[in-house]
Amino acid sequence: MPGSLLSIDVLLIAAAAWLAIGLCGLLAPRNTAFISRLLFPLGAVVGIGMGVAALNALGGDAQTAVLVIGLPDLPFHLRLDNLSAVFALLLGFASAGISIYAAGYFRKGEGAAPGVLCLEYHLFLASMLMVLLADDAYAFMVAWETMALSSFFLVTTDHKHEEIRRAGFLYLLIAHIGAIGILLSFGVMTGGAGDYSFAAMRTQELAPFWSSAAFLLALAGFGAKAGLVPLHVWLPEAHPAAPSPVSAMMSGVMLKTAIYGLLRVSFDLLHTTIWWWGVVALVVGLITALFGVLYATVQNDMKRLLAYSSIENIGLIAVGIGLTLIFHAYRMEGLAALAMTAVLYHCLAHAGFKSLLFLCTGSVLHATRERSLGKLGGLIHHMPWVAWLALAGVIASTGLPPLSGFVSEWLLLQSFLFSPGLPHPWLNMVVPVAAALVVLVAALAGFAMVKFYGIIFLGQMREPALKDAHDAGAWEKLGLVWLALITLFLGVMPSTVILRIDAATRQLLGSGLADKLNENGWWMLAPISPERASYEPLLVLVTIAAALLMGRWLVRHLYHGRVRRSSAWDCGYHFEGPRAQDTAEGFSQPIRRIFEPMFRMERHFPAARDTKPFYSVKVEDHFWYWCYLPIARLANWISTLIVTLQGGRIAVYLMYSFITLIVLLLVARP
Amino acid sequence: MISIAGLLGQTFAILLALVLAPLLSGWVGQCRAWFQSRTAPPLLLPYYMLQKLFKKDVVLAHNASSLFRAAPFVIFGCMVLACAIVPTLSTDLPFAPAADALALVGVFGLARVFISLAGMDIGTSFGTLGGRREMLVGFLAEPALLMVIFTLAMIAQSTSLATIVETLAHRDLVIYPSLAFAGVAFTIVSLAENARVPVDNPATHLELTMIHEAMILEYSGRHLALIEWAASLKLYAYSCLGLALFFPWGIAGGDSFLALLAAIPLLLLKLAIGGAILAGIETVNAKMRIFRAPEFLGIAFMLAVLGLLVRLLLETRI
Repeated sequence: MPGSLLSIDVLLIAAAAWLAIGLCGLLAPRNTAFISRLLFPLGAVVGIGMGVAALNALGGDAQTAVLVIGLPDLPFHLRLDNLSAVFALLLGFASAGISIYAAGYFRKGEGAAPGVLCLEYHLFLASMLMVLLADDAYAFMVAWETMALSSFFLVTTDHKHEEIRRAGFLYLLIAHIGAIGILLSFGVMTGGAGDYSFAAMRTQELAPFWSSAAFLLALAGFGAKAGLVPLHVWLPEAHPAAPSPVSAMMSGVMLKTAIYGLLRVSFDLLHTTIWWWGVVALVVGLITALFGVLYATVQNDMKRLLAYSSIENIGLIAVGIGLTLIFHAYRMEGLAALAMTAVLYHCLAHAGFKSLLFLCTGSVLHATRERSLGKLGGLIHHMPWVAWLALAGVIASTGLPPLSGFVSEWLLLQSFLFSPGLPHPWLNMVVPVAAALVVLVAALAGFAMVKFYGIIFLGQMREPALKDAHDAGAWEKLGLVWLALITLFLGVMPSTVILRIDAATRQLLGSGLADKLNENGWWMLAPISPERASYEPLLVLVTIAAALLMGRWLVRHLYHGRVRRSSAWDCGYHFEGPRAQDTAEGFSQPIRRIFEPMFRMERHFPAARDTKPFYSVKVEDHFWYWCYLPIARLANWISTLIVTLQGGRIAVYLMYSFITLIVLLLVARP
Repeated sequence: MISIAGLLGQTFAILLALVLAPLLSGWVGQCRAWFQSRTAPPLLLPYYMLQKLFKKDVVLAHNASSLFRAAPFVIFGCMVLACAIVPTLSTDLPFAPAADALALVGVFGLARVFISLAGMDIGTSFGTLGGRREMLVGFLAEPALLMVIFTLAMIAQSTSLATIVETLAHRDLVIYPSLAFAGVAFTIVSLAENARVPVDNPATHLELTMIHEAMILEYSGRHLALIEWAASLKLYAYSCLGLALFFPWGIAGGDSFLALLAAIPLLLLKLAIGGAILAGIETVNAKMRIFRAPEFLGIAFMLAVLGLLVRLLLETRI
């Protein structure tokens, strides 16, 4: 049917289908089989269809539509261009895996009724899609708020627990601080013309002061959603509170909508770029990345660890955006395109591997009812599927070849590396130091991920109850395999992927990498030229695999394959209980020691004469004490002042009304 | 585009690495014994060890998982790939475009993650301790190594090892101060990464300070043989990388057979001198406490960053 059905129509149908699926959940809210076996897989199918449609839209012209809903005279303007298409692609394919997984995840008797959950979940998906499609500030904000609210209800699924309610409220609060920033940013960008469509903002010529204000407001607003320091505090609270598919969706996909918004504002709506915006984004990104990864290494709760790791990844993405802004401001388009590709690629890669890891923690949680690393261990024996798939996520997340995380890291480092020649003396100094920090962050991520994997899946079981752990069910496995395949595909086929998403880079910057990549084969990633830098992940994978298999075959044939089992040697120590191995706290002790000032620690050491000696350490976030608690105390103090007005006596209140009336009469006299 | 000669050269380089790597370890051990006035073990000791270990049965701990059994092969595969990428005899390597210097660091990182995880797998006190310390050394050494590579990449305007080596080998005799900083940093990093003396001691057991040995305590038979072989391949790859980056003269540019033949004795000579120097460093230094290692490697990181800044500020004309 040529020409009859545009991609944007398909996407709108997908949004409507998600809504319909969600509403179907209300038909039989307690019927778990109906909802998880039918509705969630249907949602996954819609996700795949939507992703394919977005893939088709890449490289084409922007498509627009007007949806006559909402207020009279204020319809929703929608537009699907290459930037939206890249993120819609991410939403479609990542959500497909998560939905399939969710089909096997939600059970009876856990939190809210499955039907309600189904509605919230699919509303969340549809609202994220509408955020990507919105072409005026009104539609954008409506979708943005729907996304925040639906995810709030998803986070508080298990609302009977006090801490989960608190996490939810914190999330809602910071989401709304962010929303205010975004709203104000849109207000500045209209330039007082009163036309809130993005098309009008694009043509608006703003003074440098006002465009900087708009950029900073957008950075703060979208930064609150993405988790940039110091607005990151909701992430480590909300992610552990939410059910795992929801954590996966929020971390893998929702954070990316904030990145989308930031890119949309900084490169599309504000068409002039000032170089120091890039420096601001770069510095905030570096602080976020370093902070996130350091805190990730010292966490003892597996989902909090992943949440901090998400903060780190968002920081790296912000570093990439900062670099792009700097290069773009100095009209170094080739490098800007390289950095932008790194940003987009990292968004895709992170959506894959972080969703995968969060879902793996979900399976572990179901199998063991335990989130604390100190009570896990040895799960690879009972959950081999989850363990091996999680290993793929861990390697990608550590940024190691040949999986997806390495490609974006490689691109980011390449754009750092070829940066000399910026026409600004001290920027030339800052950029290599920033590169050094990015490298340090990447290396620390390895430590955090080895801790995550080693403590959960390897070693001896730390609790006897872990013997009853079971592997993930068929639906869960299917979802995990899907996401692992995405991670593998993004890892070994970077050129193919970059050629598709290059349309978005070209739309935002005016130049892309496609011409350079087309000069070489699909297997080679050489963004500048093969002499300067190249990477062929498929060959890396094949060589390692070939050496591995040939080594194995040769050893078997030349010698033998005999294996005996015995108890562990451990240098002859016979005490081999599970408590002899490292705890989660013990594993991160070197980090706590080396980076001591970075943490706020409460430690208890055993004294010489303790009858019951114990060691405990509690690591807290500095930002609570530097930033949030003072604000909370201030708010409390102001409220105690206001309380004096509220004596609780009706006569006093009547007097207030009377005085107000008199004052109004005096002021409002004609 | 991939010539037969290039492919043959590549295969030869890999085979040479597999054969020479244990010899290099043996040579370092022998030099060390001489410097310390001990009777030296036979030069071919590592080969006898490998042969003996391959013949022996594998004894696995009861709760060794599939990852524990797969790890030695993965680590071995990573090291073979690393040896294939590093230009030893010639820069005309068909595998060279597969991974540039950054990807090479990634491949080393992959091997490190696997060996640390394998160390944690049995769940013994020494294993987890070793895994944790290996990652500690790793996250300190890796940034320094990358900064060294950045400096060289900026000189050569490329991260491809072949291009870097060609640029450095065929330059006029210009002295780059940045290379001096980078060279010192690289030496420190190689000592740490290869579990050599100031950071770790390859000849120790039953010592609370061991890192590498602690992780592989539970390995035996062919698994241990592969890990030992991989460790010597890593030493070989690092030595060749250092030689290629800082003393690149003599590495053949094309695939001419004569140049390749001339490169072999030169490589052997350079490796012999390098191994003797390594043994010297190991003899005159004492093993340092584990928490001195961050300071030691921090120096390497600072020197490497300094080298990079020197390169950017002093050596480039803006």
